[in-house]
Amino acid sequence: MFDYKSVGLEESDLKAMYKWMDLGRKIDERMWLLNRAGKIPFVISCQGQEATQIGMAYAMQEGDISSPYYRDLAFVTYMGMTALDSMLAAFGKRDDISSGGKQMPSHFSKREKGILSQSSPVGTQIVHGVGAALALKMDNKPNIAMATVGEGSSNQGDFHEGLNFAGVHKLPFVCVIENNKYAISVPDSLQYGAEKLSDRAIGYGMHGEHVDGNDPIAMYKVMKEARERALNGGGSTLIEAMCTRLTAHSSDDDDKYRPKEEREELKSLDCNLKFKTFLLEEGIINEQWLEQVESEHKEIVNQATKEAEKAPYPSPEETYTHVYEEGSLDNA
Amino acid sequence: MPKLSYLEAIQQGLDQAMEKDDDVFVLGEDVGKKGGVFGVTLGLQQKYGEARVLDTPLAESNIVGTSIGAAMLGKRPVAEIQFAEYILPATNQIMSEAAKMRYRSNNDFYCPITIRSPFGGGIHGALYHSQSVESIFANTPGLTIVIPSTPYDAKGLLLASIESNDPVLYFEHKKAYRLLKEEVPESYYTVPIGQADVKREGDDITVFTYGLCVNYCIQAADMLSEDGINVEVVDLRTVYPLDKQTIIERAKLTGKVLLVTEDNLEGSVMSEVAAIIAENCLFDLDAPVMRLAGPDVPAMQFAPTLEDEFMINPDKIKIKMRELAEF
Repeated sequence: MFDYKSVGLEESDLKAMYKWMDLGRKIDERMWLLNRAGKIPFVISCQGQEATQIGMAYAMQEGDISSPYYRDLAFVTYMGMTALDSMLAAFGKRDDISSGGKQMPSHFSKREKGILSQSSPVGTQIVHGVGAALALKMDNKPNIAMATVGEGSSNQGDFHEGLNFAGVHKLPFVCVIENNKYAISVPDSLQYGAEKLSDRAIGYGMHGEHVDGNDPIAMYKVMKEARERALNGGGSTLIEAMCTRLTAHSSDDDDKYRPKEEREELKSLDCNLKFKTFLLEEGIINEQWLEQVESEHKEIVNQATKEAEKAPYPSPEETYTHVYEEGSLDNA
Repeated sequence: MPKLSYLEAIQQGLDQAMEKDDDVFVLGEDVGKKGGVFGVTLGLQQKYGEARVLDTPLAESNIVGTSIGAAMLGKRPVAEIQFAEYILPATNQIMSEAAKMRYRSNNDFYCPITIRSPFGGGIHGALYHSQSVESIFANTPGLTIVIPSTPYDAKGLLLASIESNDPVLYFEHKKAYRLLKEEVPESYYTVPIGQADVKREGDDITVFTYGLCVNYCIQAADMLSEDGINVEVVDLRTVYPLDKQTIIERAKLTGKVLLVTEDNLEGSVMSEVAAIIAENCLFDLDAPVMRLAGPDVPAMQFAPTLEDEFMINPDKIKIKMRELAEF
């Protein structure tokens, strides 16, 4: 782990970061159980990417805008998407803040928390983040906008177009590639020829960082620096965080394209486990503290699940609402 | 009241929108220093500065996508896509993102962007500077597609589009830019979106059309009036969603309907107009619904002989109108 004191973090910060990583993991794990029990149709996981997500989230501030992607459960949980919000989305219930049961789960959206709505065609959210950064700059706001993508999406045209524009205008923007080395079944060797995706930064006139995304402290450091750079007129940053996809692509994927040995080996790269071990070894936490966190999170997840399960579905009439602004056009 | 060209009316509308609301900004290729390849945005950068009139890199998906992101934070971007054909690289951003933003976020976000783009033929623009692309977007709920036919409407519809809290595609006919002139109020005004307009009354046949073809249809109608044929010309103005009520009402009035577009015949917005009439006016019709459109070949061509064959003109319309009137 990166030396936390050198980046201004204290023991209490590390404990807080671990808690958020654990909460993200626990919500995610529960969703898989619910899916396998036939209660929710679909899960797409953040497991193995929590260190990257909480490391960067911890460096963000009130008023910052995020344009996340579908694996960012732990990230959006930190940013203000509650366990109940996520469960309501998983069940497709009316009060799902992201979409009112219209989109598949993990298409995060929450205006109040600056989380921009996203779709399923990957990479489109990057230019939205860039546009948000443009608006922040126009209004002289002391905030950044950031977008996350998988390394798969980094090959989309919108990645190139958006980062180029951010570079031209030195926008207060950060793009984080959560590189888990697989675009569903396609390995990184068939996705890009570059040694490091962060090397692309120079082509966009921005700063590039390649970081161990399994280390939340290292991730925090580069994000904090990127944020400061952005607000000090130093322009945008492209961060490539090397992380691990511990699960299949989604609940509808069998993961058989990755050899069993490879999948077994991934477990040793579990960022939550590694961080926990580090904190125990450093004497920052102990088993008693962990038990308390476990039970706290179990309670949160149980409560959210119970409440979401009994919450109402949208009424069929809601098929027709919010196509256009109410009182303007009506084509339904 | 001063006479303004279609182009000048759009220009004045943009200027007034920017003056009225600081959140309105213009972005696109060549819109700043040059003032647009047709000169529509001329002078705006000098007046409002580089921060509000942005010359963007040549990347259409970025123009629309960053507009969406800025709009989600409360801005009102007016994006220019240099030619309608060039909007295609941005279709994902328009159809998957902007159009669905309000719906997919359950009204938490909305997307007040206006995308202006010159369309239409008759200017020797050949395949990629002459097309009508509206039908590509015209079954995308959440989007609004506006196509003005006169300077007055051009200004009023543009201001209504910019005021709209949902994404609007605003297609302006490039041949109309300097061809059409009329008196346009200097004051700020809007023309309602979603409403067709009867541009010429008549009781023998009803013609539905939009864009430059409105002017051509009126010319043809005037020629036919000398023969005692009274033609009504209805300007759709908003081609999506369509003003069904006016379409049904005006079709029933004469019972003889001609649909004119310079888009390719099959699958144009007129196909939907025909369906609305078929569903609602069957027993009021005295003739089959007739269509006049571009042929189903890829797009308008460069050589004048080929371009004339593709493009609609008042003579072609007159012949078709007479055929319908005499049916």
